[in-house]
Amino acid sequence: MLDGLILKASMLMEMANSSQAAATVAEASGTGFPWWVWPAMLLVTCFALGIMAVMAGVGGGVLFVPIVGSFFPFHLDFVRGAGLIVALAGALAAGPGLLKANLANLRLALPVALIASTFSIVGAFVGLALPADLLQIALGITISLIAVLFIFSKNSEFPKVGEQDGVTKALKIGGSYYEPSAGRPVDWTVWRTPQGFVLFIAIGLVAGMFGLGAGWANVPVLNLLMGAPLKIAVGSSKFLLSITDTSAAWVYLNQGAVLAIVAVPSVVGIMIGSLVGVKLLAGAKPKIVRTLVIVMLLFAGIRSLLKGLGY
Amino acid sequence: MSSQASAEKHAPAKAEPGKQARAVPKIEVSPEQIAYANLLLYCSWAGIGMLALTFLLYMSGLLTPFIPASEMPLYWSMNVHDFLAETGAPHGWGWLGMLGHGDYINLVGIAFLALLTIVGYLFLLLPAYLRKKDWAYTGIVVAEILILTLAASGVIAVGAH
Repeated sequence: MLDGLILKASMLMEMANSSQAAATVAEASGTGFPWWVWPAMLLVTCFALGIMAVMAGVGGGVLFVPIVGSFFPFHLDFVRGAGLIVALAGALAAGPGLLKANLANLRLALPVALIASTFSIVGAFVGLALPADLLQIALGITISLIAVLFIFSKNSEFPKVGEQDGVTKALKIGGSYYEPSAGRPVDWTVWRTPQGFVLFIAIGLVAGMFGLGAGWANVPVLNLLMGAPLKIAVGSSKFLLSITDTSAAWVYLNQGAVLAIVAVPSVVGIMIGSLVGVKLLAGAKPKIVRTLVIVMLLFAGIRSLLKGLGY
Repeated sequence: MSSQASAEKHAPAKAEPGKQARAVPKIEVSPEQIAYANLLLYCSWAGIGMLALTFLLYMSGLLTPFIPASEMPLYWSMNVHDFLAETGAPHGWGWLGMLGHGDYINLVGIAFLALLTIVGYLFLLLPAYLRKKDWAYTGIVVAEILILTLAASGVIAVGAH
């Protein structure tokens, strides 16, 4: 009987130690929550982000880093690593449909992807070398500017294209896709390709540095500067993210900045959310959702800025 | 300045009763584009499924993690350099030697997704452009393969901050 009592007492002590350890971990992490709450909340948050991203017509990547970076306890290094994996997974899943419909065009996407992916590596290294507070400030400013861009940018469905430049002619960038509103195939091409290439250097740098998907920048450059029809710009942008984000994702992976406990719930949550978002899209009011997304981005951008400034 | 496309917004003609609906014209898509699309279609969802499975292994504790999930809050707010120093976690391709651990087996699915582009470029796009003797795009594809391989190799490292 004494042995039994000692055994039970030992087990109780063990349990007390475990719960003490858990409490210590929760306290040390500064959050007060059990460890599993954060990955669970991340899954739910990313599920919601996936739905909103589809309905607002934005990529999930641009929402992920500022929101998770501002409101979750994970260091920005791990948030950016996860953000790239999230954007990559989304682009890989969306790519097939866009490629088969010729809404993502290889002749347009491959040259710009080469430039953006090269400089996203540079951006990734710069981002991982910078102190976190400086990065938070830069991220806050960038996200706020992106929100402003969303407010003021007016994409053009069929932009006017002038005389083809030498690069466009040499690479034979152009194609054809079926436009339902016209009821027939539409031929397209681009211009100002060298200028577009220069901007894709900056896009790659920002994408790699902040772990953002770059759709918010790709589409205006492809559509408004280079003159690709809006559907081609959106489709090709989504596809070329799979290439741009691959290079930066490898840098973060090799630096040890991809944590499964952050990346996997994020990817799974946002992918399921995107599938649900597509189903809900028909009945949704995209303008209201887009306004909400812009407000969220502005809030997250300002919060990131304040966090970087030490407030 | 010429117009981009002479697409005017016409409402599609309504099919008259008894007559067949107008067929949607087929858009010609290059074979390599279709092949690449199929690679992404099957492999991306396989990768995501892999991630879900390995994460269940991690969370269930069926595979002992290198760092217990319950201790992650002590480390996940550190920058990556401090995290590696504190935990002794691997970087570069060192995780390949840690696949017996529940946390690191998840990197298999992540690496799988990250490798898809290199595979598609190397085995689908490069042969297609070589066959067509499209030297500009052959060069672009080769350059991209080199860039992605360099990124994946981990030969370039970054210092601590």
